[in-house]
Amino acid sequence: MSTISETKQVGRARTAGNKITPSKVLIYFILILWALICLFPVYWMLTFSLKDNAEIFGANVIGLPNNWLWSNYTEALKTGRMDLYFLNSFIVAVATILITLIASAMATYAMTRLVWKGRETMNKFFMLGLTIPIHAAIVPLYVVLGKTHLLNSYTALVIPYSAFSLAMGILICTGFMGDIPYDLDEAAFLDGCGVWGIFGRVIVPLMVPAVATVGIYTFLQCWNELMFATIFNSKEAYKTLPVGVQGLFGQYQTKWGPVGAALTIATVPTLLVYVFLSKRIQDSFIAGAVKG
Amino acid sequence: MKKTLGYKVNIFLFLLPALFLFVAVLIAPIAMSFYYSLQNWNGLKTPEFIGFQNYVELFTSGSIKFTWALKNALLLALFSTIIQLPFALWLALKLAKGIRGERAFLSIYFMPVLISTVVIGQLWLKIYNPDYGVLNVALRALGLESWCQIWLGDRKIALGAAFVPILWQYVGYHMLLMYAGVKGVPPELREAGMLDGCTDGQLNRYIVIPYIKPILRVSVIFAVTGSLKSFDLIYVLTNGGPVHATEVPSTLMISLLFKRNRYGMGSTIAVMLILLCFFFAIVINAVFRKEKVV
Repeated sequence: MSTISETKQVGRARTAGNKITPSKVLIYFILILWALICLFPVYWMLTFSLKDNAEIFGANVIGLPNNWLWSNYTEALKTGRMDLYFLNSFIVAVATILITLIASAMATYAMTRLVWKGRETMNKFFMLGLTIPIHAAIVPLYVVLGKTHLLNSYTALVIPYSAFSLAMGILICTGFMGDIPYDLDEAAFLDGCGVWGIFGRVIVPLMVPAVATVGIYTFLQCWNELMFATIFNSKEAYKTLPVGVQGLFGQYQTKWGPVGAALTIATVPTLLVYVFLSKRIQDSFIAGAVKG
Repeated sequence: MKKTLGYKVNIFLFLLPALFLFVAVLIAPIAMSFYYSLQNWNGLKTPEFIGFQNYVELFTSGSIKFTWALKNALLLALFSTIIQLPFALWLALKLAKGIRGERAFLSIYFMPVLISTVVIGQLWLKIYNPDYGVLNVALRALGLESWCQIWLGDRKIALGAAFVPILWQYVGYHMLLMYAGVKGVPPELREAGMLDGCTDGQLNRYIVIPYIKPILRVSVIFAVTGSLKSFDLIYVLTNGGPVHATEVPSTLMISLLFKRNRYGMGSTIAVMLILLCFFFAIVINAVFRKEKVV
């Protein structure tokens, strides 16, 4: 992960001062074209979320809005119930992040700082979670949640999301916990701390950077998840953003502005997190892939 | 302190939350899915044990459309491997060389990965809209009226049209992995190559690409298993339609489960998907290992 910045200098130095050649122009042309293709849907979403049908459907298809129609946003929030879906997604995300963090930090502590037979096997067992598809759990979870009357509740999403985020959480925590010197554990032990004391007073306070990485990764996973959300929580009161937005589309077949506003509301938190933490997010995705 | 019973109990207590979640939500359901797949069950009546009959029906019955859906998923895996991955690799190689705006390009290319697939799907639905969508509007403006299509509504082209956003969204993901790999190539190796008079192309061909093979292997596995599992974008764009043209195993599974109440058959598809994912992961690993020797 750290290699990205280390070797950057070398690459820069090597190409600096080269002349402009036709092949270089072509490369830049393709790079910029692809960047525009990546940006266009988001740009288009932002602009048409502020337009009325007349502009979207002909007068001004891809330009900036002539009239900035903020009422699309109030309509998406009030009539489209985006405020409710947003709150639901937020509650589910926060609860999932908390459970994932606590469970994975505790398990990682047991598997890396405490000495016992089989701790490596246990770690491999948890790493299976990186490859198991969520399809495996759909029917059994649906049946069990139905029997326990937990369909259409926050629990119906928080528990599965936490479980599927666990492998990644443990993977990230293992990396961070390995950087904490063992001397600290011993010093705390000599001061009379038990395993819980060492965990609570030494390890947890030093795990703050891991909290951010695990938190972001888990947030992105559950904020965007569709399959569980659409099957387990179909009642209006518990719909998360992906399901709510999907429903809105049917409701506003012929009026695109409010849909654009709804899509923007669902996307802005992710984009904000990305703008401020792009490097950390990219690193967490790389870490997950290299191990899995 | 280490040998006492209390120590062991503490280890167990530390593991308990994670173990509980993991076993209850991932491990036990796999076993249950397999068990359900051997039953004829509509979710209400008592399940009836029918052995492997669901599996036989899955591959032989014309009305289930599983082989068709599987063919679509494999086609997506193929496109992903021969179009998406090479393009991602090209981008990674160019960016990792240290061009101007490297970070900005990297961050822009990766952005679509983070946006909710529902949002991406909704946007592409609008891009593809036959009357007002940007695509047809642009074609008309360019005087290419005859190229306009009902992109997602025409059985012949819907599959291709549905694949485009899927391939588009994850180029950045593979590019990021490969970019990290290319950046990890030791500078000495590059320098040695340059001293021997390698051109950029030769450097990439003989030094960089062999060096990042482990990452290419991961990318191929993700591309193939991801294609087999693909659900979100197809569900939003076409939900398998028109008339099953874009059906993939996951959309089929959902419609069997929740439209036709065939819990046993739905579980059979889930089990097949798990098996296929592991099968392809093993095969791809084997292929890459063999390549190394040659």
